[in-house]
Amino acid sequence: MTFIAKPKLHHPSLVKNKAGFTRRDYEGAVSTLCAGCGHDSISAAIIQACFELDILPHQVAKLSGIGCSSKAPTYFIGASHGFNTVHGRMPSVMTGANLANRDLIYLGVSGDGDSASIGLGQFAHIMRRGVNMTYIVMNNGVYGLTKGQFSATADKGSISKKGVSNPDSSIDMVSMAILMGATFVGRSFSGDKHQLVPLIKAALSHKGAAFLDVISPCVAFNNHAGSTKSYEYVREHNEALNRLDFIEGRDEITTEYEPGTATTVEQHDGSILRLRKLGEDYDPSDKIAAMKRVQEGLAAGEVVTGLLYVDPSSRDLHANLNTVEAPLNSLQTADLCPGTAALERINASLR
Amino acid sequence: MKPTDISNPDYFHKVVDCQWACPAHTPVPEYIRLIAHGRYSDAYMINWKSNVFPGILGRTCDRPCEPACRRSRVEDETLVKGKKEPVAICRLKRVAADYKDDDIGTRMPKAPAKNGKRVACVGGGPSSLTVARDLAVLGYEIVIYDQDPKLGGFIRTQIPHFRLPESVIDQEVGFITGIGNIEFRHQRVDSLKKLTAEGYDAVFVGCGAPRGRELDVPGRKEAAANIHIGIDWLSSVSFGHTTKVGKRVIVLGGGNTAMDCCRTARRLGGEDVKVIVRSGFEEMKASPWEKEDAMGEDIPILNFLVPKEVKHDNGKIKGVLFEKVKAEYDAKGRRSLVPSGEPDEFHECDDVLVAIGQENAFPWIEKDAGIEFDRWGLPQLDEKTLQSTVKNVFFGGDAAFGPKNIIWAAAHGHEAATSIHKLLSGENVEERPAPGVNIVSQKMGIHEWSYDNAPTVDHRFKVPHRPKLDALKDIMAEVELGFDPELAFKEAQRCLNCDVQTVFTGKLCIECDACVDICPMDCITFTENGDEKDLRGRLNAPAPNPTQDLYVGDGLKTGRVMVKDEDVCLHCGLCAERCPTGAWDMRKYYMEMTHAEHACRKH
Repeated sequence: MTFIAKPKLHHPSLVKNKAGFTRRDYEGAVSTLCAGCGHDSISAAIIQACFELDILPHQVAKLSGIGCSSKAPTYFIGASHGFNTVHGRMPSVMTGANLANRDLIYLGVSGDGDSASIGLGQFAHIMRRGVNMTYIVMNNGVYGLTKGQFSATADKGSISKKGVSNPDSSIDMVSMAILMGATFVGRSFSGDKHQLVPLIKAALSHKGAAFLDVISPCVAFNNHAGSTKSYEYVREHNEALNRLDFIEGRDEITTEYEPGTATTVEQHDGSILRLRKLGEDYDPSDKIAAMKRVQEGLAAGEVVTGLLYVDPSSRDLHANLNTVEAPLNSLQTADLCPGTAALERINASLR
Repeated sequence: MKPTDISNPDYFHKVVDCQWACPAHTPVPEYIRLIAHGRYSDAYMINWKSNVFPGILGRTCDRPCEPACRRSRVEDETLVKGKKEPVAICRLKRVAADYKDDDIGTRMPKAPAKNGKRVACVGGGPSSLTVARDLAVLGYEIVIYDQDPKLGGFIRTQIPHFRLPESVIDQEVGFITGIGNIEFRHQRVDSLKKLTAEGYDAVFVGCGAPRGRELDVPGRKEAAANIHIGIDWLSSVSFGHTTKVGKRVIVLGGGNTAMDCCRTARRLGGEDVKVIVRSGFEEMKASPWEKEDAMGEDIPILNFLVPKEVKHDNGKIKGVLFEKVKAEYDAKGRRSLVPSGEPDEFHECDDVLVAIGQENAFPWIEKDAGIEFDRWGLPQLDEKTLQSTVKNVFFGGDAAFGPKNIIWAAAHGHEAATSIHKLLSGENVEERPAPGVNIVSQKMGIHEWSYDNAPTVDHRFKVPHRPKLDALKDIMAEVELGFDPELAFKEAQRCLNCDVQTVFTGKLCIECDACVDICPMDCITFTENGDEKDLRGRLNAPAPNPTQDLYVGDGLKTGRVMVKDEDVCLHCGLCAERCPTGAWDMRKYYMEMTHAEHACRKH
């Protein structure tokens, strides 16, 4: 953590986006996380992504549970809505908030403890319901707040800072999310913003349940030899399947790609995901193949990253429930109580 | 790019823009911090050692440090409510002089036993006084010659007392003569040969540029009674020989002497005083703040007017006729002033003050004395050692390279003293002593530094002035009142502490990006190496200022390099605070020029 606030002075070339804000305007309070924490880099990537998307800060709702990662929302987009929920219960609060006001941009931030242990049940259900949101797990494989015990995502056989090997099987959040029905699933690394920022932008623009598993080394308790979530290990074992260029619908496409080197996926809102191939052929819209490739990576000790699965024809919770276009919290008494005549009509139709 | 060699003393020196720009390389941020701590005497002594005349320079310096100040590049106009402004370095220096302890004289050095060598200084101005100070403490016997009855040279005769009270000059000259072994002879030197015949081991020439440039137009001779050469007139005012001037005064010239002339005229009875310059207002040589002060005293500055003729009635001056000109630039950007074709302008006046430049004059140096001069009448010198074509005769101040200013004179004085000491110790004058450098970590705790690392967003504070009516009534009343301790503290806090350097150790870095994320100026980037032009274009924020270095650090596990743009760094230390491994550290870089005192020390 830092005692002085980040100075207001900024680089003379700092520009404003279409919403009239500079990137610095998307910052939050100064971080109180440990120096070098990967979570701060993810916060910086979220700030960059929201700036580039010209998002209005007051249209963002950021929700989190409990843990180091769940403190992070304080450190970005200070002018947005925030909710710090009970441990592991962020998904249900976010589902409720999303039902009440579908117009906000929902960003859930959680950790491996909050989502893979105490909140695993809630995690599964928010994915299968297709709540329109971006769910980021800042995944460091340890319980940092309680001094570094293995979390549920720690790989079997990885070594703790005290030198003990982990005997338990790990939970792979990416496999879980795909299996449970998330329609946008990616994995990235806090130390690679070139990969992470476009993934966050694409996830925020995805209509449906978008999930990002971001490996975020814990400098205090999980950045040693034998860890599989350290800066060094992730850099050495990172298997990026693709590079994503996120292109907003209104942007002119200027970059040319050699035929066969890029795949294009168009999303509901007209935004275009352009995936540059890195090595092997990989089709992120094939769910079965995606699950196979992720499992192969796990078996080989690789950290498979990139956009791993996307369903371009995704539906969200509101579509499934056939709710009205207007946010439910904006409906007035007249809308909700249409009167006796209307009730009679409904009752008659049910007889 | 090659990794930066931070063991080269110039690298971090250059980052301290103010110190690098100062001819005497005064450790500016260090003394500003001492002022903030209320340690005025310590701040004064740092200045005294480096620039010899803190009280004088704190009022009159040309301040090359201020345009260089990083603050003026990184301020945000909307945050400071005004334009970007440097720290008021010069006026803070005055604070150290104003509030130093009364017994500071006890901290001044005393001359040791005489070493048997004698040095003559021609002229009693700042360069000679600096030579005297640097050599007297080493046991040299110094004799200073000057035509005026008191030491100080142009500091005393040319700068009006409402800008620089005589008591300040007396005190700072006194600190030097108080060392001992310094004799002042009120005597005009009229022959170099005679002087050297007196058996001096070395001669230092610091006689300034004493001749004011003449106005060569019709009517000049006839109306001579009311046309005065600016520097002579100021000198005459300074010694009390001239006490009044006509009601309508025209000052010709656009330099600082012109500004001093017009403001002095306002105090001696001039009611309608105007400055008329050949060039455009923007190109005038006078410092912007001096122009501002003159205009603040109801003195208009008229530009693009070239004097054509002095109109008079049988020698009684009527006024001056001017031709109107405009600036034209050729393909190479060189300016020439050409007639604009508009009708001539006539300005009435009772007196004209001519301040259109100064020239060097060495009528007392015999042609066969062995001193070679160039075609502009300046002595042929070695630029570093200031040695002339006679090996034991040295030049400094305005006498060396033409009119400059006090801080350059002090810098020349130090260099000449070093040369003289080396020469008379039988050493090679060409070998210059390296500066003294000390670099120490400022870390006090996990989040604590030994300096105030939070940059303020205060706009530059104004120095309080005496009310205009009071100031114009009394030629001895100092116009600027100086910062009080409270204002001085606030202004001192604007300093960014550029001497507290960001030092990077690549082998400790784990490339977590924490420094990149926290840096308020986006000036740190981890990237693939490339040549400088390439790198400058693809950093997190562009680095378009080629006069400011890129700090390149290698030794990273990924093979990338750390590139930091020194240009905009706030020295806030957040990179070091967020660094989990201590790869970044904030280290205070204290660099002091080596003067004669230590110049011959063998290590």
